[in-house]
Amino acid sequence: MTTMQKLLQLPVNAVNIVKGVQGVTQGQEEALSPVLTPDSGPQNWYSAVQPEELRHLRSGGTGGGGGGGGGEGSEDRSALEEGLNSVQTQPLRHDDLKEMLDSNKDSLKLEAMKRIVAMIARGKNASDLFPAVVKNVACKNIEVKKLVYVYLVRYAEEQQDLALLSISTFQRGLKDPNQLIRASALRVLSSIRVTIIVPIMMLAIKEAASDMSPYVRKTAAHAIPKLHSLDPEQKDQLIEVIEKLLADKTTLVAGSVVMAFEEVCPDRIDLIHKNYRKLCNLLIDVEEWGQVVIINMLTRYARTQFLNPNINESLLEENSEKAFYASDDEEEEDKKAEPATLAKRKPYVMDPDHRLLLRNTKPLLQSRNAAVVMAVAQLYFHLAPKAEVGIIAKALVRLMRSHSEVQYVVLQNVATMSIKRRGMFEPYLKSFYIRSTDPTQIKVLKLEVLTNLANETNISTILREFQTYIKSMDKDFVAASIQAIGRCATNIGEVRDTCLNGLVQLLSNRDELVVAESVVVIKKLLQMQPEQHSDIIKHMAKLIDNIQVPMARASILWLIGEYCEHVPKIAPDVLRKMAKSFTNEEDIVKLQIINLAAKLYLTNSKQSKLLTQYVLNLAKYDQNYDIRDRARFIRQLIVPTDKSGALSKYAKKLFLALKPAPVLESPFKDRDHFQLGSLSHLLNAKAAGYQELPNWPESAPDPSVRNVEIPDWSKCSSRKDRKEKKVEKPFYSDSEGESGPTESADSESDSGSGSASASGSDESGSGSESEESGEETESDEEEEDEEEEKKKRKKLDKTKAKKQAEESAESEQSSSAEDRKRGRKAVKNQKSASESESESESSESEEESEEESEEESESDTNVRKKRTPVLKQPPKQSKKESKKETQEMSLLDLDDYEPAPASASVTPVNFLSSSLVSDLEGLSLTDTILAPTTLAPSGSIKMYELLHRIKGEGLAVEYCFSRQPFSPEPNMVAVQIQFTNNTNSETKNLHIEDPRLQSGMRIREFAEIDVLAAGESVTVVMGIDFCDSTQAANFQLCTHTRKFFVSIQPPVGELMTPAFLTENDFKKEQGKLMGMNEILEKLTLGEKCVNEHVIVERVTATANLSRVPCGSDKECRFAGKTVSSGCLVLVTVTTKEGGGAQLTVNCEKMLIGTMLVKDILQALSQ
Amino acid sequence: MIHSLFLVNASGDIFLEKHWKSVVSRSVCDYFFEALERATEPENVPPVIPTPHHFLINVLRHRIYFVAVIQSEVPPLFVIEFLHRVVDTFQDYFGVCSEAAIKDNVVVVYELLEEMLDNGFPLATESNILKELIKPPTILRTVVNTITGSTNVGEQLPTGQLSVVPWRRTGVKYTNNEAYFDVVEEIDAIIDKSGSTITAEIQGVIDACVKLTGMPDLTLSFMNPRLLDDVSFHPCVRFKRWEAERILSFIPPDGNFRLLSYHVSSQNLVAIPVYVKHNISFREGSSQGRFELTLGPKQTMGKAVESVLVSSQLPRGVLNANLSPSQGTYTFDPVTKLLSWDVGKINPQKLPSLKGSVSLQTGASKPDENPTINIQFKIQQLAISGLKVNRLDMYGEKYKPFKGIKYMTKAGKFQVRT
Repeated sequence: MTTMQKLLQLPVNAVNIVKGVQGVTQGQEEALSPVLTPDSGPQNWYSAVQPEELRHLRSGGTGGGGGGGGGEGSEDRSALEEGLNSVQTQPLRHDDLKEMLDSNKDSLKLEAMKRIVAMIARGKNASDLFPAVVKNVACKNIEVKKLVYVYLVRYAEEQQDLALLSISTFQRGLKDPNQLIRASALRVLSSIRVTIIVPIMMLAIKEAASDMSPYVRKTAAHAIPKLHSLDPEQKDQLIEVIEKLLADKTTLVAGSVVMAFEEVCPDRIDLIHKNYRKLCNLLIDVEEWGQVVIINMLTRYARTQFLNPNINESLLEENSEKAFYASDDEEEEDKKAEPATLAKRKPYVMDPDHRLLLRNTKPLLQSRNAAVVMAVAQLYFHLAPKAEVGIIAKALVRLMRSHSEVQYVVLQNVATMSIKRRGMFEPYLKSFYIRSTDPTQIKVLKLEVLTNLANETNISTILREFQTYIKSMDKDFVAASIQAIGRCATNIGEVRDTCLNGLVQLLSNRDELVVAESVVVIKKLLQMQPEQHSDIIKHMAKLIDNIQVPMARASILWLIGEYCEHVPKIAPDVLRKMAKSFTNEEDIVKLQIINLAAKLYLTNSKQSKLLTQYVLNLAKYDQNYDIRDRARFIRQLIVPTDKSGALSKYAKKLFLALKPAPVLESPFKDRDHFQLGSLSHLLNAKAAGYQELPNWPESAPDPSVRNVEIPDWSKCSSRKDRKEKKVEKPFYSDSEGESGPTESADSESDSGSGSASASGSDESGSGSESEESGEETESDEEEEDEEEEKKKRKKLDKTKAKKQAEESAESEQSSSAEDRKRGRKAVKNQKSASESESESESSESEEESEEESEEESESDTNVRKKRTPVLKQPPKQSKKESKKETQEMSLLDLDDYEPAPASASVTPVNFLSSSLVSDLEGLSLTDTILAPTTLAPSGSIKMYELLHRIKGEGLAVEYCFSRQPFSPEPNMVAVQIQFTNNTNSETKNLHIEDPRLQSGMRIREFAEIDVLAAGESVTVVMGIDFCDSTQAANFQLCTHTRKFFVSIQPPVGELMTPAFLTENDFKKEQGKLMGMNEILEKLTLGEKCVNEHVIVERVTATANLSRVPCGSDKECRFAGKTVSSGCLVLVTVTTKEGGGAQLTVNCEKMLIGTMLVKDILQALSQ
Repeated sequence: MIHSLFLVNASGDIFLEKHWKSVVSRSVCDYFFEALERATEPENVPPVIPTPHHFLINVLRHRIYFVAVIQSEVPPLFVIEFLHRVVDTFQDYFGVCSEAAIKDNVVVVYELLEEMLDNGFPLATESNILKELIKPPTILRTVVNTITGSTNVGEQLPTGQLSVVPWRRTGVKYTNNEAYFDVVEEIDAIIDKSGSTITAEIQGVIDACVKLTGMPDLTLSFMNPRLLDDVSFHPCVRFKRWEAERILSFIPPDGNFRLLSYHVSSQNLVAIPVYVKHNISFREGSSQGRFELTLGPKQTMGKAVESVLVSSQLPRGVLNANLSPSQGTYTFDPVTKLLSWDVGKINPQKLPSLKGSVSLQTGASKPDENPTINIQFKIQQLAISGLKVNRLDMYGEKYKPFKGIKYMTKAGKFQVRT
């Protein structure tokens, strides 16, 4: 610590000294400046410099129209002069820069900094200016400051001691009320690669990670890898910060923190569990670069956590390679052929989390960013069931229209994919046709894809295309085309002869390269069926006189040697010719000549004995040692001497063995073991930092690790609850024991990630204790009938997981939520037993989740009540108390819930708020202003029409925003709906169907109304999470006969709930929401807004806000929180003389703020 | 992520370097220069070049190579896409992205690069945000700056980065509220020797120029949205709404942006608006070849085909061309063997043609292949796919904006094999 302080203090002092001096001089100058004429300042200064530099300065100041252009222009000119008298001017010019930096004119400093930055940009060394520059780090001028930052980041590493001078400025910046300044200070501080400040950086990052501004938190996430690369020993601490930031719920942070995760601790996959569902849900709103990183990471995650969706198919692939290239019919047969193996496998059911990932990434295929599209494509390729992978083809084909670099990368990946999943790209075959204007590397890749896509049905069109390509002027491409033809010929037996004929025709091509390439390919093809093609071999033997390309010559010689028995007359003659030209041949050809000679010697020694001897002798004295070695080796083998060993007996076997035909396969085969879209895949080699894509696990790890349960303070009482549960247990069913394992897993991971919620941290002590005890008690249950209902449990886990996915957005869960789960599980056990296995999974889980949601809402009311002891509501409390008892007895009775909201709605708004007011009276200082009536004008609830009587055929529906907290889910807006049946028959089964919501929005439906008698009316409450937007929630209102499309659009004022702040809190919060979070508007009050009372009434009628006490009677303050995300909304109305007023709204969500301003303005100016 | 960036001009000089992490010596670019030498054509440089310690990822735009230095695994497209975004930003700021423009504005460029990446990870790439951070240079502003000493760095810190709509800043004000949409379609086609279509696709974009006050919420609907086979959106478009109703609903960014790009696939029948009659023949043993081209309109829905430009890479053996066009002008470059014929507008009554002879090198054999012909053209007021905008509505603001929609069809990669 002491060393730390020393470190800190030294530079701080130093800077203070420097600044002090500067401050004094500046102060003097500034004091003088009004007296001086504007010109005199620089005038003085100019006289101090040498004429030589003066010229530079003037040219810098006036030339090129100033600005950046001016700076650069002068640079160029001085660079020229530099050439003339290079040694002298360099240091001199830096002197003038130094003086400019020391001056007190911002414009001069700026000019100097611009020139310095231009130097850095050109890669010139400007490090000797460091002391002069670093002094300006505290400069007021933003641009100078920014350029100094640029300089600092570039050179701080080289001048560590001096760099320390700047640290205190950043430390001050870290405490600035403006979030952007805090962020930029952290950004620069963390970019300075000076090891000595590691502890300071660490501290700053930790602090910023819990900053209230998401932007600062994002910057903190960015800083993590910087610090890690600077000092890897901080890893453990950094992982803690990452863990904390991973739990962040804003889209701004998500991408950056995953990035940090990937760089610092990519192997800590366990950190993702709790955040998996959140990341999936946030994904679409994250900025595009973050999306790429998150998707790539989730691909890896999914590979470790879920089962292979193609498990049955991959089994087939293993067993018979053929199934892969074969058509579907054959595959079918295979399936029949192996019913035994398939039967052993249990039917695959996809984990709902796996499905969630696939579903949430799919829309991103429509992204304009090619990297995002590619990331989704690789995710689908690696994770999706075979049948679903196809959807990515279209998007990938679209990318091919982009710049050629993008095309290049995409084609590489398509080439790999098209081997495994050919069918997917077949419809887009024509998109891969080659244009003469494509760059060669693109052409070759397209050719690769075309070859991979070739099959019996399309081969004729592809070959016709290839014929055009062979005529191209681009010879590399022609060579690649010929090879492609060869590959098609080997893969598709039907066209082999056609291809061969075509290639033979090419042998008479004028271009030597074409001929040579054809020879090489023909050689490979002939090897497959040599007997039928002796005439082709003869033809090729004739070619040897004309072809000069070594590879082709070598191929022909090899071919003749190999099949010399098919051409017994020609072969010795070829050898004769070759012996003649031996010395002039390339090495590769020489080796083949020796080969040919050896083979001929063995088959036809009579004719070729002498020739062979001659060739071997020539080879013996060749310059290349390979050839000499080969010659010696072969001589020993084939020429029988006394000394020759046992091997010579087998010479024939050695040389004339039947050789397997080469398999022409794609260079992209098996490249998919690299994660597609990665650098490593592109290079086909592991790049540094590449994370291996794991293989699918044999059996799925526990899916419940992803369940999110944030410790809540009602958990304190969990011990008691558990006890209660114990007692209740026999009440449910006998299979209760199975909930043990999953639950204990929950609580374990919960206590493991104590920092998952900052709010819960103080309770963690008692919470974990109780959990431990819970585990103990449950461990015995665990051992019991574990085997018994394995299947059932799995299914339950899944449905449970699914439910959790739906809830993952909310933060509120508690031990009594567990209570509920337990109860529901019991219910479900009975149910699932009766359900047939064949029932489709999705429909089932949907059904269940519906049911759950209702059950949840019941028990959540309990939770709610427990959690809000501050907001005491005596009447309601007692009512609920009694209700709770009944509920606990009849958890299954769903309809029970219905009357509760109905009864609550009889007394709208005020009773809650009035009770609140009475509570608050004790707290606030100036409570006298607060009269309950002003807070919530009861008559102000406006009814909106949802369905008109005529349109609804007698059913009229109206709704209003009751301004009650929606108890089942506190971040939903409660909407009170009143149904009136104006017909003379009863309406049945009123319920909601098919909600169409913007992403993120959710609806909690009201329980179905069974019967609505004629002339009756009934009121229900439903909850809608509008996600703090004024987007309408659309759904269908269904009766037993009809369906009506309706939509509810909330006024912005209804998206908030009152928040109760003291005057001081209000001021404090307002201070944090300055800058762009503040909207100011002037207005003239309407005629009726004569007094404060009316203003308060108007404002609270417009928006669901509460009055905040205020000392001044000119000001009215209101505070609220948005329902969904809990952002503070602060409203201030300041009245002025003569009917004028000023309205201030502070809100982090600017859209809400803007809309609210508009609404309130309207209300006040009426 | 991205470690450093080097800008290399056509003659192989590094004229700008920027490092986001510790400094990488510019000698790393030698590997790039090697690859550049090896490649016969400038566009044949492999986009990813591995070196012993780094990987170089480069893009070529406006005859400048943008070479990014990477040290560890990163999706290559991520880098490539980012580099293209950098180029687009430069273009947006300076009008052109050329070496001169970058050198003239080196400080702004540096400031931009600083904001766009943090530690090699993209930070602010949305042009609206960048423009708030760093004002683009205009002549007026540079003059003002030199006189007053004020700067081109935004005084006010930007808000967009923090808002719910990151692509739009708040407090936008215009006296004339207008929204223009350009529907531009490009036809990519390969036409056979015999005139039949081998493959044809339509690639369309809707570019918008929106200058509206406040926070408008726009919806754009089409008469025939089913036509769009595959689409990609600007992030502002609400995807769910499109999925459900095929309506584009969005809060637009301020100024110019690409709202949508779409693809009308080869499965649909694509109307080909021009045809080419050609007769190009070289005789064996003769040093002369015949060259005849005639263009004509076809399936243009009565609209005129304009700005027609025909170009063709003639075989290497061709020495010179002696041609006479019935309209427009033609040029032949004997070095690159590139023939281009600027036709202008096609008059259906009197079809443009280009006739004459080409002379071959004496002794050179007859070229194997006839050259392919690339055609460019424009058709105003027509979207060849038949896409039509139905209506554009604005919510959220009170004023009445001026709305305009323009259609245009262009040739994309339109090739005729002969």
